[in-house]
Amino acid sequence: MAVGKMSTPLGRVRGLGAAKSGTGHFWRQRLTAIANVPLTIAFVFIVVALLGRNHAAVVQILGSPLVAIVMLLFIFSVTTHMRLGMQVIIEDYVHDEGTKLVLIIANTFFCAAVGLASAFAILMLSFKV
Amino acid sequence: MAEVKAPAERPLSPHLFIYKPMLTMMMSIVHRITGGALYFGTLLVAWWLIAAATSPNAYASVGAFMGSFLGRLILFGYTWALIHHMLGGIRHLIWDTGRGFGPQEREWMAAANLIGSIGLTLVLWIVGYLFMGGPR
Repeated sequence: MAVGKMSTPLGRVRGLGAAKSGTGHFWRQRLTAIANVPLTIAFVFIVVALLGRNHAAVVQILGSPLVAIVMLLFIFSVTTHMRLGMQVIIEDYVHDEGTKLVLIIANTFFCAAVGLASAFAILMLSFKV
Repeated sequence: MAEVKAPAERPLSPHLFIYKPMLTMMMSIVHRITGGALYFGTLLVAWWLIAAATSPNAYASVGAFMGSFLGRLILFGYTWALIHHMLGGIRHLIWDTGRGFGPQEREWMAAANLIGSIGLTLVLWIVGYLFMGGPR
């Protein structure tokens, strides 16, 4: 790649091309995808195990350390993965720079809010037990 | 930055609707659609967790919605989208290693993805109804 004489000093420091980013997006998408497989299977088992149980039992199970830790990992991995995925969808279909920027910011806010709200709820359940 | 002029009207290269729909192509589109649906589906997960952390009454109202016909329909769709996107993701991870691009391989992987997601969704819901009394 042209990280030689053709690039500016700033460009050489950044080590990035015209895309303004490296393989970070691609790598995190794969990393969270791999993590999502066992975590999603665990999430499905947890939900099935909670079907039909009353509120007290649900609080007891969701708040137990092992289940809470798995749920926190699931929420963190999933919200990261979906932020990256939606960013690609936005970049593919929205070509107006301003609209694209607004949507990418909204995407980050949405994923952060959903992730933090879910994590907060799991922690509340844990401290209730 | 210089303003880019609108490009002249030129014929586009053959696009989606020119081609006869193929399974692998449809599965690629469905992978993106299920991903988008799951994005908003996390709102249900967040709502469910927040309600459980709030009070028995809040949890009961989530349960009432999830147990309604519309709620069950959304949950059924969410289950399928989750499993379909997960199996599709595994297919992508296999491709990332450079394997699975052969003409037969990609066809049977696409078919296995679809049959697997429908099958697993049905199994999960049957297990849910048989052993746990179903969503309520």
